[in-house]
Amino acid sequence: MSLVHTKARRWNTGSLVWHLGSLAVLAVVLYPVVWVIGGSFKPNDEIVGSLDLFPTDPVTDNYRRLADGIADIPISTFFGNSLFLAVGSVIGVLLSSSFAAYAFAKIDFAGRNLLFALMIGTLLLPYHVLLIPQYVLFQKLELINTYTPLLLGKYLATDAFFVFLMVQFMRGLPRELDEAARLDGCGHLRTYWSIVLPLCRPALITSAIFTFINAWNDFMGPLIYLNEPEKYTVSLGLKMFVDQDGVANYGGMIAMSLVALLPVVAFFLAFQRYLIDGMATSGLK
Amino acid sequence: MDAAVTTVPTPAAEAARPGAGAPAPAPGGVRPPRAGRASRPRAARRENLAGYLFMSPWIAGFLLLTAGPMAVSLYFAFTDYNLFDAPRWIGLDNFTEMFGDARWRTSVEVTGWYVVIGTPLKLAAALGVALLLNQSRRGQGFYRAAFYAPSLIGASVSVAIVWRALFSDGAAVDRAQQVLGFDPGGWIGDPDRIIYALIALTVWQFGAPMVIFLAGLKQVPRELYEAAQVDGAGPWRRFWSITLPMISPVLFFNVLLETIHSFQIFGSAYIIGSQGNACGPADGTLVYTCYLYVQGFENSRMGLASAMAWMLLLAVALVTAVLFWSQRRWVHYEEGGR
Repeated sequence: MSLVHTKARRWNTGSLVWHLGSLAVLAVVLYPVVWVIGGSFKPNDEIVGSLDLFPTDPVTDNYRRLADGIADIPISTFFGNSLFLAVGSVIGVLLSSSFAAYAFAKIDFAGRNLLFALMIGTLLLPYHVLLIPQYVLFQKLELINTYTPLLLGKYLATDAFFVFLMVQFMRGLPRELDEAARLDGCGHLRTYWSIVLPLCRPALITSAIFTFINAWNDFMGPLIYLNEPEKYTVSLGLKMFVDQDGVANYGGMIAMSLVALLPVVAFFLAFQRYLIDGMATSGLK
Repeated sequence: MDAAVTTVPTPAAEAARPGAGAPAPAPGGVRPPRAGRASRPRAARRENLAGYLFMSPWIAGFLLLTAGPMAVSLYFAFTDYNLFDAPRWIGLDNFTEMFGDARWRTSVEVTGWYVVIGTPLKLAAALGVALLLNQSRRGQGFYRAAFYAPSLIGASVSVAIVWRALFSDGAAVDRAQQVLGFDPGGWIGDPDRIIYALIALTVWQFGAPMVIFLAGLKQVPRELYEAAQVDGAGPWRRFWSITLPMISPVLFFNVLLETIHSFQIFGSAYIIGSQGNACGPADGTLVYTCYLYVQGFENSRMGLASAMAWMLLLAVALVTAVLFWSQRRWVHYEEGGR
């Protein structure tokens, strides 16, 4: 181990080659990002044709035009709708998934193994099998063009991935803690709320961020369930932009695209450690 | 669910066993009696009650949004249903219509192409970069985060729009291929090549499986490499004889999840291909779910779309079964099971 360690901290030829290799990959991966940021400051007719990454004369027209909104709807409406859905999803997923996970990890109830197997099964189930009947259900309940179809599942723990993530995490907690709580007279609800949940913070944060980002990026759900532009999310607003302006207004479109990604990027920068560790370690213990 | 969201499995046997790691419950789920507890039947009853109380949101969701819809969907698959008139039983007609439909076969072909080319390329990139990054050097965390970022935004409409611009006539990719001496022309307007723009988008998101590969690589004991080096094994030999077998559970997991996700690609294909109609010029990006969407929600053929969904489920189940069957041959779990 010590051999590896001393090697790691010294700049030498190996390290230089390594950085060059990593930077080469980075250049390819980041090219589209840099290109689009530069492009958003180019005049509209220069965006596609020009090979320069950055404009010779930066213009802010593309961003200023966003103030006009899309199809007469201010883009703040779309952002508000997306934010409402994303935050609503986060609350639902955290509550319902941790509830189910607590039962799986900490309570010995009859039928637990069967339910757990079913939960794992839904992890692999293609969502599209449920698409049509769920739509029919919500249509019969007259809930089309409301946010209920997009949120209900989050409050009923249908995202098996997050249940699984939290089960894995709760299993890792020392059993003595909740047993001690039990001896002190704590019921399951108390143990869940005051002992297990606070200790699950890393898993909760990971789930919250993934839920937020997934809800923010979701396209198919809003596409199917929402049909009034005032209720559209950012994704649908962008789609409307594409349908309306087509290739004629690349500048506005990519400026809007960048703005739409800002919340996701902000979350990533703030929480990348939770995201990557949460993804890499769940289950590898 | 989004492709960026993945997790690493413990061996499948473990996944099917809740509470593993805690003292194993005796068969039947009853734990050995313990001092200081109320009489066993009463305690067990209380545990059951608490268990089902905590499970109730999940159970409601499972019945209402998963199991129920699956049963209904299976029924719809054998009916003619337009959402307004009552479903009419038509037996296997949906399936015969589907198999005879040239557009359906196109969608199968496009999806198959996307899965068969895109998934291996993406996993190869993920493994390659993970191997490169798997050194304890300064900056590793930064590269890991930077390579992971596209996985979070890649499925968004925004990136699909950027992709359309990047791969259109005269744009960067077109210029690059001209420099390399290929036929000019963007990929977006070309029905034969637009699928490669979509494949490039999935490969671009190699960061998610890469992070999982990296976690797996970190678990390989250093001593193995040192011993092999002493025995004179070169880097190539060490990769094939140590690295690959040791990370095969992680590889299996990545192959499984990425393949299943690839079958379900929708949003990016819809936006990249949208020029007047959804899913590409001359159906160039008519992936399976795109056609399902068109049949179900544009043509109101709910029965036919359900039948299509079940074919997708069968395909995914088949691929999953084949992968699980094949893992005996190439996936090595460490002795001792964990």
